[in-house]
Amino acid sequence: MLSIDRSIIDAIVAHARRDHPDEACGVVAGPAGSDTPTRHIPMENAARSMTFYEFDSMEHLRVWREMDGRDEEPVVIYHSHTATEAYPSRTDISFAGEPGAHYLLVSTREPDTEEIRSFRIVDGVVTEEPVEIVDAAVDPHAVQSYMFGQSPATVDYECSDR
Amino acid sequence: MAIEVRIPTILRTYTGGAKVVEGAGDTLNDLLTDLDSRHGGLRARLVTDAGALHRFVNVYVNDEDVRFLGALDAKLNDGDSVTILPAVAGGAFGFAAAAAIASHSAAAIASRASTARVAAR
Repeated sequence: MLSIDRSIIDAIVAHARRDHPDEACGVVAGPAGSDTPTRHIPMENAARSMTFYEFDSMEHLRVWREMDGRDEEPVVIYHSHTATEAYPSRTDISFAGEPGAHYLLVSTREPDTEEIRSFRIVDGVVTEEPVEIVDAAVDPHAVQSYMFGQSPATVDYECSDR
Repeated sequence: MAIEVRIPTILRTYTGGAKVVEGAGDTLNDLLTDLDSRHGGLRARLVTDAGALHRFVNVYVNDEDVRFLGALDAKLNDGDSVTILPAVAGGAFGFAAAAAIASHSAAAIASRASTARVAAR
């Protein structure tokens, strides 16, 4: 099961809506071994496509190093499908390279409602898991959310004005 | 010559669980061959049968993506740090897109390789 704070889910959905009709992607980091996602990191979709996403390789390195330095791991890896259901495509399955991560998919095909589902993808096998959305398990002010190219010290939106 | 290599979770089955291993080589190609002698199978996960770096694996030397350093021909020095990260990619109808990107990438690699050959003459 994926247990995730509502403020993080809201920020992910806002990111997916903002980038619609292109696919949006990102990570939620958490303390290593905790299985608890605490730090939302929206990533740039280097493919800028309605049907494909790929992390920018330099941003990927920077964010993974930063997680290493903070003793964090990618607890959630998310992306949006903008015209289809929130279920891993064959491409998603073939590229899934983080066996410890929860793969969260958000579908933005309906303008008013989001479909949010979570999966484990290990060795090409997809297992859906329940998503438990928790209210205020994390201090919203402790959640950093920032865009590619901006430093976390200077940007703080989506959570601060709630 | 010791080069530190950071191994991603998904490839640690080849390194007995180790997150960081050491290797040697003047180029990335030499380093991967050296690593494969102790961690059999690792190289095949990174290099295609055609002898090119897999499109959806990112390899960095220090802070640079090796695609900008000559890919497998990237020069290495003692004390360099090499990081391997599987690309995070996917998408709804990605097969066509992935194939397009892969062929574009293969073309780019072929073009770079021919440029390198011209330069070597």
